[in-house]
Amino acid sequence: MATHTPRRHGGVFDVLQEWITTVDHKKIGLMYIGYALIFLVVAGAEALLMRVQLAVPNNHFVSPQTFNRLFTMHGTTMVFFVGMPILFGFGNYLIPLMIGARDMAFPRLNAFSFWISAFGGFLLYFSYLAGSGLYGAGTAPDVGWFAYAPLTSRVFSPGHSTDYWTLSVLLSGVGSIGTALNIVATALTMRCPGMKLSRMPLLVWLYVVTSCIAFIAVSPLTAAQIMLVIDRYLGGHFFDTQAGGSAVLWMHFFWIFGHPEVYILVLPAFAFANEIIPVFSRKAIFGYPAMVAATVAIGFISMGVWAHHMFTVGLGPEANAFFTFSTMVIAVPTGIKIFNWLATMWGGSIRFATPMIFSIGFLFQFLIAGLTGVMLAASPFDWQLGNSYFVVAHFHYVLVGAILFMIFAAFYFWYPKITGRMMSETLGKWHFWLFVIGFHMTFDFMHVPGLLGMPRRIYTYEADRGWGGWNMIVSIGAIFQTAATLIFVYNLIRSYYKGEEAGPDPWDAWTLEWSTSSPPPSYNFAEIPTVHSRRPLWDLKHPDDPDTNYE
Amino acid sequence: MSTAVAVSHSTEDDWKQPSRGMVGMACLIAAESAIFIIFVIAYIFYTGKSLTGPTPREVLDLPIFSTVCLLSSSITVHFAVHQLRAGKIGQCSAWLAGTVLLGGIFIASTAKEWYELIYHHGLTIRTNLFGTTFYSLVGLHASHVIAGLIMLSLALIFSLQGKVNAHHAERLEVLSVYWHFVDAVWVVVFTVVYVLGR
Repeated sequence: MATHTPRRHGGVFDVLQEWITTVDHKKIGLMYIGYALIFLVVAGAEALLMRVQLAVPNNHFVSPQTFNRLFTMHGTTMVFFVGMPILFGFGNYLIPLMIGARDMAFPRLNAFSFWISAFGGFLLYFSYLAGSGLYGAGTAPDVGWFAYAPLTSRVFSPGHSTDYWTLSVLLSGVGSIGTALNIVATALTMRCPGMKLSRMPLLVWLYVVTSCIAFIAVSPLTAAQIMLVIDRYLGGHFFDTQAGGSAVLWMHFFWIFGHPEVYILVLPAFAFANEIIPVFSRKAIFGYPAMVAATVAIGFISMGVWAHHMFTVGLGPEANAFFTFSTMVIAVPTGIKIFNWLATMWGGSIRFATPMIFSIGFLFQFLIAGLTGVMLAASPFDWQLGNSYFVVAHFHYVLVGAILFMIFAAFYFWYPKITGRMMSETLGKWHFWLFVIGFHMTFDFMHVPGLLGMPRRIYTYEADRGWGGWNMIVSIGAIFQTAATLIFVYNLIRSYYKGEEAGPDPWDAWTLEWSTSSPPPSYNFAEIPTVHSRRPLWDLKHPDDPDTNYE
Repeated sequence: MSTAVAVSHSTEDDWKQPSRGMVGMACLIAAESAIFIIFVIAYIFYTGKSLTGPTPREVLDLPIFSTVCLLSSSITVHFAVHQLRAGKIGQCSAWLAGTVLLGGIFIASTAKEWYELIYHHGLTIRTNLFGTTFYSLVGLHASHVIAGLIMLSLALIFSLQGKVNAHHAERLEVLSVYWHFVDAVWVVVFTVVYVLGR
């Protein structure tokens, strides 16, 4: 990341010291994004290894033990050390710029949150070196990303691998709470004059709701990890069934975190769409208040759906009915959002630049992901397909088809602001089309072996099951996605040196971050701006017809 | 579009936003409440499910005196903030000292309770489900009391050294909100552990 520093003097150590000691929200945001990208490549490589193993029946490319570690590390890394940091990174970078502030509310807390999350990630991977400890009982964690009890107890997971998992997730949780706290405090107390809550960019609104979900959802995970540490180190019995403890209690605690976590990850993706789609449709966002209300509604409902991950446990008819209902209800505010984005595009003069085509891909794929979600919400259907590849296909449709697509869109959209240079549109189109092909090969076809009964987390399968052909297609898709991602990484590096000069406002956009130079100076704004509407730059460019007339 | 666009900079004098510290503390309290709720749920869920003794009824006594001390310390810290805002540093120090003393009594009686439980009744965190959930929930609360006491003691030292003035009233108020939260959690813990769980 050091290459981003526009320093004219000083050696490597000066640059390093500047980045390590910085409390500037832009640098911290970039470090978040940089470290998430490194882990994205690592966890992507783990996924690739699993796809090689599963491409043909009776394969022995990796051992069963290695396979267990691969899916555990892939899931944990992608959720805690790719998804969370990359979204917090964009939030850190963009929120002060969008609300006309010079930094976050608590800059030092911001640096603390970043470093503690980063060390959590390093700790997780340090397990490969140190996990076997004195016991010689395996290296990296292999308990799955939701680490069900009693598999995590000392008896079934000797050695230290599970401790590395617990502690790294605990640290990441502490960092997430710190950043979430910072985001809410920044948005509520640091807005520039005139920016009432009703004029705040939707991105900031969605980040506030995400952060509020984080308080209520990430903390239970922290509590559950403390309990697990007590069980493993102090001999407690929280999840010890031999002493009357309950394995199902861990499932509840984990999914009270686990399901809202999906919304913590997807709301920032919605936030990017809220900023990108209007700019490339040349229209103001359709239904701003409805968008805010739908987001808050999603935040509330997301707290009451967790047990749909546990239908197969046998919760009883009342609980099944309740969680089926609440899970289906969440499709309503989500549907409102999709209609609002479509209405924003309707009748607009759409520019099909790379950020926009990724957003359009997101719209369609998120719709399909939502539809399989409604299918799985029906508990009898879930009894058939719970823990099958249908579930894996469903949530990857959300995580890749919706969230990752919007993260890519955000890179193409804000890269000019961050570096002062445009990313290559040609490479961007290659990236998009290869990724779309790869994504649909992998995750459309992954539903089928699930329907045919293939369970998740098996390291191989017999040839007579009829899953081989489908898995081969799924694995070939992974190669396309890898190639597309490499093009993206190449584009990021190449454009930094050779990209076209962007200027402050290359997309003719309307929010405050485009009013300052690219990259923004460390103080963001020479003078704190004053705003009179939701689109301050529109007002400035069209003084004859300002937005204030219509809001 | 080659130069930075200028946005108007007229300042609005009546532009007021909430206090940073208060919003931050409110967020922290929201997150901490969620942690406590999970521990309370675990305690309630495992009430009466221990396979072996001792049971809460056999070993727990109502900690009335220490509860009164802790709850009173909410009042003293409130007066400390009040006096600081009025610029009366000496009064503020006195009320802070009272708060630290009352909080200290609470922690000392928790220590005494734990000593008796461990050495006289043989209840440790690994004895049974009651021990596991009791020591974690009460210990989680006690660790918050200790964190609060450290911060209050620092505030007391600074105020005795004369480094505190009325401008710091808001900061002390943020700390007092944390202290009120710790007290409120104790009301829940007291009710669940010593009243309902017994």
